[in-house]
Amino acid sequence: MGEAAITTVIATDPAVELKGITKRFPGVVANRDIRLSVAKGHIHAIVGENGAGKSTLMKILYGMQRPDEGEIRINGSAVSFHTPGDAIAAGIGMVHQHFMLADNLTVLENVVLGSEPRKLGIALNFGRARKKIKEISDAYGLGVDPDTLVEELGVGDRQRVEILKVLYRGARILILDEPTAVLVPHEVDELFDNLRVLVREGLTILFISHKLDEVLKVADAITVIRRGTTVASVEPSGVTARKLAELMVGSELPSPETRESTVTDVAMLEVSGLTMAAPGHGPVPKGASAEQLKAEGARLQLEDVSFTIHKGEVLGIAGVEGNGQAELVEAIMGMRSITAGTINLGGTDITDWSTLKRREGGIGFIPEDRHRHGLLLEAPLWENRILGHQTRRPNVKGIWIDRAGARKDTQRIVDEYDVRTPGIDVDAAALSGGNQQKLIVGREMSGEPVLLIASHPTRGVDVGAQAAIWDHLRDARAAGLAVLLISADLDELIGLSDSLKVILRGRIVADVDPSSVTPEQLGSAMTGAGEGA
Amino acid sequence: MSTFLDRVFGRVRLDGVMAFVAPALAVVFALLVTSVVLLIAGHAPVDAFTTLVEYGAQPRVLVLLVNLGTTYFLAAVAVAIGFRMNLFNIGVDGQYRLAALIAASVGGAGLVPGALNIVLVVLVAMLVGALWASIAAVLKATRGVSEVISTIMLNAIATGLTGWLLTADRLGVLNGNAIGTPPIPEDAHMPGMALIPGTPMKINGFLIVAIIVGIGYAVLLNRTRFGFNLRATGQSEPAAVASGVNVKRMVITAMVISGAAAGLIGMPELLGSSFEYSLNFPTGLGFTGIAIALLGRNNAVGMALGALLWAFLDSSSDALQLMDISKELVDIMKGVIVLSVIIAYELVHRYQVVAAQRRVSHELAAPAEKEGAAA
Repeated sequence: MGEAAITTVIATDPAVELKGITKRFPGVVANRDIRLSVAKGHIHAIVGENGAGKSTLMKILYGMQRPDEGEIRINGSAVSFHTPGDAIAAGIGMVHQHFMLADNLTVLENVVLGSEPRKLGIALNFGRARKKIKEISDAYGLGVDPDTLVEELGVGDRQRVEILKVLYRGARILILDEPTAVLVPHEVDELFDNLRVLVREGLTILFISHKLDEVLKVADAITVIRRGTTVASVEPSGVTARKLAELMVGSELPSPETRESTVTDVAMLEVSGLTMAAPGHGPVPKGASAEQLKAEGARLQLEDVSFTIHKGEVLGIAGVEGNGQAELVEAIMGMRSITAGTINLGGTDITDWSTLKRREGGIGFIPEDRHRHGLLLEAPLWENRILGHQTRRPNVKGIWIDRAGARKDTQRIVDEYDVRTPGIDVDAAALSGGNQQKLIVGREMSGEPVLLIASHPTRGVDVGAQAAIWDHLRDARAAGLAVLLISADLDELIGLSDSLKVILRGRIVADVDPSSVTPEQLGSAMTGAGEGA
Repeated sequence: MSTFLDRVFGRVRLDGVMAFVAPALAVVFALLVTSVVLLIAGHAPVDAFTTLVEYGAQPRVLVLLVNLGTTYFLAAVAVAIGFRMNLFNIGVDGQYRLAALIAASVGGAGLVPGALNIVLVVLVAMLVGALWASIAAVLKATRGVSEVISTIMLNAIATGLTGWLLTADRLGVLNGNAIGTPPIPEDAHMPGMALIPGTPMKINGFLIVAIIVGIGYAVLLNRTRFGFNLRATGQSEPAAVASGVNVKRMVITAMVISGAAAGLIGMPELLGSSFEYSLNFPTGLGFTGIAIALLGRNNAVGMALGALLWAFLDSSSDALQLMDISKELVDIMKGVIVLSVIIAYELVHRYQVVAAQRRVSHELAAPAEKEGAAA
């Protein structure tokens, strides 16, 4: 009796306990009073919007950053991590969203990389490592062959190698950062089967995601993070996706609903038969049809994509990330060459135009990755105002940069778009993400664009900036702007779009009416579940 | 965020006083290190430095210093044009040597009279430099070959090529035991300027050219659309592509301009003092240019000061031998300056990033707190 009671106590002792974790960065509080208790042997999901503070929290737990306040307890004892090495020693392993594997090495070599087993001090003891990998693989049903080259593996297998890598280093608590972002649906199911085996064997899993249906399917417990703090801990059985979404975004969230329709019947952008072969296939005959290319074994990133956007219309593209959205955007911007198809802007064929000419023709571009594609981080705001508008007034006069003109117009953007900055001479890097995004939106709305390509326009920005960006998009739409909207935020897509298309594996697979569709229906269409329906 | 290399090569701005404080600190540090070296070798550091300065302040040496600085500055500008765009034109060395050889033989042929010949020689040099650089540019733009590798190889090829061309049955003329290109006619010598009193020696007329090149460089980079595109490409190639910059064309243009500027490096020597390309023609100036471009962070004024500092060290090093100190001491100084200036720039940069973020968050503190309170 007494002994049984003790076992129960041990079994319910939390594997991870966070109390009052707070982390401040200059100008922002990334985490505030985070409270979290993860039971041993559970799959514990942490959900929250992009920018809610999930990543910071996980970096703290993995020793990559130190909290300013608060306490971390692992298996009941307080710890203080200075480096990821400390976290690994405490039995915590992290599987990153982006795989960190060397393609030209075998699974075995990748797994031991950095902690190579030694024989007589110098020689590598691959035999022992191979045996250990086999044992782990068999024990947890990962089905990984240690001698395969990583480049021969698919995405799902690579993820299993990443998991094996942290298990090999003795991890008992696994952090999985958005593990399903790169997977197709059946791979997601396989991953979930693997995870269930892992917890059955006594491991604990922290599962970070913002995909609510997946979380409900796999998690034993769910903690919701909103604006840097934990707002609720719930049981998956007692909650719906809708309820979770409300917890995630909070009730004060402004709705992205657009009011009356402003769609005209003037076509602004007409894309037809757009096809793009993946690079690495070798030379592709220009103008080859999608069928011909497939017959030749080319992998298609875009396959026969056609749509029309009218003046005053917002066309939303829904899809799981990595299904061709980025390629579509880059094709329309002229940043990547296409294999077949035509692009028409306002009745002019722009298929062979350069990026510059397309921009001059009135295409505005809010890129998905603002740091890579949208800004010069180490340049002042007024120079960033010029970026993408290097050939247009008020930034230039002939071949000369018009400093006064660019500065004046930057000040206008700062005022009109409420960019919070002490001045236009600070570097773009000094601004918060939301303010950087407002600057980009303001810039891309300058010069009277006729078409705006908005890729995740409110990703990672705070709620206030999000509402402001939505307002600007709506106003521009009312003024006759055509918008191609790509977003992972389904509410944003449904709320802003006049029409919606679903993209899956590079193909447009469904047309959806945004006025009647629910996020749940859209979500299942995105994974292909709604195909044929 | 900017990489360490971005900061080293000056693609990240460093404003105000700090742009001067960092290199000044580096020079002071270099003086300390050399002092230690001198003490170990049994010399009095103060005496050595006084001798250097006193020797360098003589009118005759001042003229040498300015003339050498002119050449160094042109070399630094040629390197800096590439650096600002993330292009490492290590091939400046080969570009200027080949350019000087061919320009010298064109000039020596005396095809046009007088001042026109000067113009012709300069244009040929720039053209050859640009063409030689464009090989690496085309390889990079069409085949993705790293310009570092290709320009290093082209340097070796240029060495072989100049050696092959400079033989008696090709471009060379035997003059006793020495071999060189036919001397450039006297009416095509660059006139000098007697600017410094107390010596009959004249300042090389290419000082004016160097000043024009420096101003042109600063204006081109900071005030023109082309310069903006070039800097944008250097700071973030993906952002430049998204903004409509044709990066391949930029690679070729920047490399060609860098090569044309490299063609100028040999001109002060060729048209101002040697009047022929011989085996004695100075080599290695392209690498000196790299060091000075680093020191001056690709900034025209910074590179001018760096070029003068280098020229001072080189031209007054002879004085050390009077004190029985090896003149290679200045090489130690130069090495320490370059190393410590990189560290100083890095430290100043880190300080500035933190300071800027603090300043921005401080100035925005009021609204940020309101936002936090509402949550």
